[in-house]
Amino acid sequence: MSDTLTKELKLTREDFTSDQEVRWCPGCGDYSILAQMKKVLPELGIPKENFVFVSGIGCSSRFPYYVDTYGIHGIHGRAPVIASGIKIANPDLKVFVITGDGDGLSIGGNHFIHLCRRNIDITVVMFNNRIYGLTKGQYSPTSERGKITKSSPYGTVENPFNPVEMALASGATFVAKTIDREPKHLAEMLRRAAEHKGTSFVEVYQNCPIFNDGAYSPVTDPKRKRENVVIMEHGKPYVFGQNNDKALNWSGNDFEIIDIEPEKPPKDLIVHDEHAGRPALEFMLVSMTFNPDLPTPIGVFRDIKEDTYEDLLIRQIDFVKEQKGEGDLEQLLNSGKTWVVE
Amino acid sequence: MSKKELQELKRVTIRFAGDSGDGMQLTGGQFSDSTALAGYDLITLPDYPAEIRAPAGTLFGVSGFQIQFSSEPVHTPGDTPDVLVAMNPAALKVNLKHMKDNAILIINTDAFTKRNLELAKYESNPLEDGSLKGYQVFPVNITTLTREALKDSPLSVKDKDRCKNFFALGMTYWMFSREMDTTIEWIEEKFKNKPELAEANKKALNAGYSYALATEIFTTHFKVPRAKKKPGKYRNITGNEAIALGLITAAKKANKELFLGSYPITPASEILHELSKYRHYDVKTFQAEDEIGGIGSALGASYTGALGVTTTSGPGIALKSEFMGLAVMVELPLVIVDIQRGGPSTGLPTKTEQADLLQVMYGRNGEAPIPVIAAYSPADCFRAAFEACEVALKFNMPVVLLSDGYIANGAEPWRIPAVENIPEIKVEYVTKSDDYKPYERDPETLARYIALPGTPGLEHHIGGLEKDESGNVSYVPENHDKMVRIRAEKVERVGNYVKEPELMGKDSGELLVISWGSTYGTIYNALEEIWQEYDNVSWYHLRWVNPLPKALGKIIKNFKKVLVPEINLGQLVKIIRAEYLVDAKSFNRVRGLPLQTGEVVEAIKTTLKG
Ligand code: SF4
Repeated sequence: MSDTLTKELKLTREDFTSDQEVRWCPGCGDYSILAQMKKVLPELGIPKENFVFVSGIGCSSRFPYYVDTYGIHGIHGRAPVIASGIKIANPDLKVFVITGDGDGLSIGGNHFIHLCRRNIDITVVMFNNRIYGLTKGQYSPTSERGKITKSSPYGTVENPFNPVEMALASGATFVAKTIDREPKHLAEMLRRAAEHKGTSFVEVYQNCPIFNDGAYSPVTDPKRKRENVVIMEHGKPYVFGQNNDKALNWSGNDFEIIDIEPEKPPKDLIVHDEHAGRPALEFMLVSMTFNPDLPTPIGVFRDIKEDTYEDLLIRQIDFVKEQKGEGDLEQLLNSGKTWVVE
Repeated sequence: MSKKELQELKRVTIRFAGDSGDGMQLTGGQFSDSTALAGYDLITLPDYPAEIRAPAGTLFGVSGFQIQFSSEPVHTPGDTPDVLVAMNPAALKVNLKHMKDNAILIINTDAFTKRNLELAKYESNPLEDGSLKGYQVFPVNITTLTREALKDSPLSVKDKDRCKNFFALGMTYWMFSREMDTTIEWIEEKFKNKPELAEANKKALNAGYSYALATEIFTTHFKVPRAKKKPGKYRNITGNEAIALGLITAAKKANKELFLGSYPITPASEILHELSKYRHYDVKTFQAEDEIGGIGSALGASYTGALGVTTTSGPGIALKSEFMGLAVMVELPLVIVDIQRGGPSTGLPTKTEQADLLQVMYGRNGEAPIPVIAAYSPADCFRAAFEACEVALKFNMPVVLLSDGYIANGAEPWRIPAVENIPEIKVEYVTKSDDYKPYERDPETLARYIALPGTPGLEHHIGGLEKDESGNVSYVPENHDKMVRIRAEKVERVGNYVKEPELMGKDSGELLVISWGSTYGTIYNALEEIWQEYDNVSWYHLRWVNPLPKALGKIIKNFKKVLVPEINLGQLVKIIRAEYLVDAKSFNRVRGLPLQTGEVVEAIKTTLKG
């Protein structure tokens, strides 16, 4: 969106602050996401009345109340379908879905994958705390196997989903991952997702200090995170480490870690390409998430241009109108074999 | 049947039956169209197997199409057919028991092979063992005659055999003095890219006609006087087509885009198919990933100011119920169409039933009342769909439209309304306000005032949690009590706005029959019969089942007895008993079929005596 438009709109963070009292637990990662969202919204160049936030049920799903825009707090797992109806019926609106790991991947998993597949222009932000918070601490579809929770006192025997993998596999055209404790990166990912045309998906690692505290400490703890996180940037090699002294190298069939001199990195390092749309490479990157020997990648996995559902639909409508003319009710009611009774 | 008898015939019911692959639905459809064009009133009943391709020749693979036509108003497809066209032994076996005594049976003898007789579970050939005594049997070697007629055609034998339904149709056209033009036009249009098929089907049709004419195998042909229908322009229409047109008309009259969110399900899918054709009428159809997605997207569309509709059958309603509750809570207009079928569970997908009434009335958590309107015939579906939209838009709430498999697939002539005579639907939104409260209401209808997303300055939230007038979430006990009552009262107020049905018969008497939905035709016929003998029976057919007509309580008091015939185990009767503390009796048959006139007459007589 153009800067001039943003200036004309003169929106600020305060414009998006609602009068509702925020009711997340103290220290919850959700606060950071809300703060960055309110920072990003005025920068998008979109009139405030055109934003719609749709959510399901869960801690994350209270989000719409806390931004002063149009919003629907719906039912569990179903935000993607409400949002789809909104966007298809009125493509002028900028529609967000705010969801969590339980809401989006468990009860709402089916809607989530179909939204991605259709590439409707909706931005999905998934707060992944790997636990059920609102129902007070059961394991979620992203909880690691063996996790001990109220509903798994002996540890879960289930494998977790990787949300980014799901979004990529389902065909979302923008897929990114970020962390609640990295406000700048978080804001950047939210902004890019919001600006993307098509289904955009951002997974946010979100700490739940009440029921799953420290779930992400390896990637958020200031002492360790530089070793454990690689920030993907378009056109740049995958450099990480406390002193930027490590990089990922492509061995031909896998990523491996090599030591580099930060000042003189080797010229032939593989560089990140968000627009490549090469599933094999994208999936290799995601798979590092659960690999204890490799760093967790954050940033944009995929950013590709494809026709959106609503654009194709509108084109189809225009085409049919061109072929058949604007629909005439009189003609419709009187179509088929008719006869007159005098 | 002698010539004299035939001339007295006022109404005829004919049934075409054969294998699923024999094209019986098509044959029946063509017969209906030319019958309608010839000026008769009629109702049709397609009856097809649930299996897509049932094995040929089997009993469960029999596909039938029944039509009753008359010079007088027709209200049902007929209980017992006068004429059966049976294309194979299975078709004869399945249908014979429904036929009138002395009915005409036109039978394709070529299909009565040993193998087919076995498949139909006949121990001996009914054409030879005398078991068809008491019927007028016309054995015709239809397959052979069709091949003979097409001997110069380049088609394969298999393709030639597929034309035999047109031969049979040709015979019936002669029998009932029909013109063949419409069917010939239809064939030409249908096969315009396959001239050899068009040619063959036309030949078969003509050959059947000429065969009947030349051989005089039928003693004579029927002459049924033409119907005196209300003047106007007519077309044949099925219930599902009529719903599609009703929805488009309502959207146009409300100056709105129509959004259908739906998931394929028998017997509702035709509405999705039909609406998907009309992109140039500003209709957006969205085939969702499931039933829940269907209703959810429709509600989302309604939120932006479109007319949101979802269509389904009973199993789909079960899945949609949580969203129906949300629609009650957020108070947005939404039309939920339920084409009932046999249940529970998957039940009888292609058969009819009225057993979703209590589900749509009460099948939700919490106090979640929704107005319910029931269509009573195929053509009436147009008006019912329009009215459902009107109420949804006027009161800003979900409305359920009930139809069923019988009227969804059945067809009858529909008097096409003039567009200018259909009322506009006025819808208003809040566009400016210094103090917008999302749950502030119109004092008359109690509809909340809606501001659409995109309206500057009126940003607000709605959702499934209980709210107070300002739209803020509220757990205050008194507020919840108040809101629950307001939502119920709003449904009641629909009664101030819609037209109440008229009582048929005298204002007071011995017995009041109360009914709803597609039983209308059968009960109409039953009452006609009853009224020839009794003058103390009246009839009240509901259109809105929720809210119930205000007059009903008073009407009931004027009768000693109440009888409620339904195709379920007694659902409306429960509501009537609870609402009016009356010892209403119920008459039920739940066979997946419409009620029969005779049995309703019997039930009325028994109740009168009892
Ligand atoms: S339970 Fe956890 S996720 Fe939910 S608000 Fe509290 S801290 Fe946040």
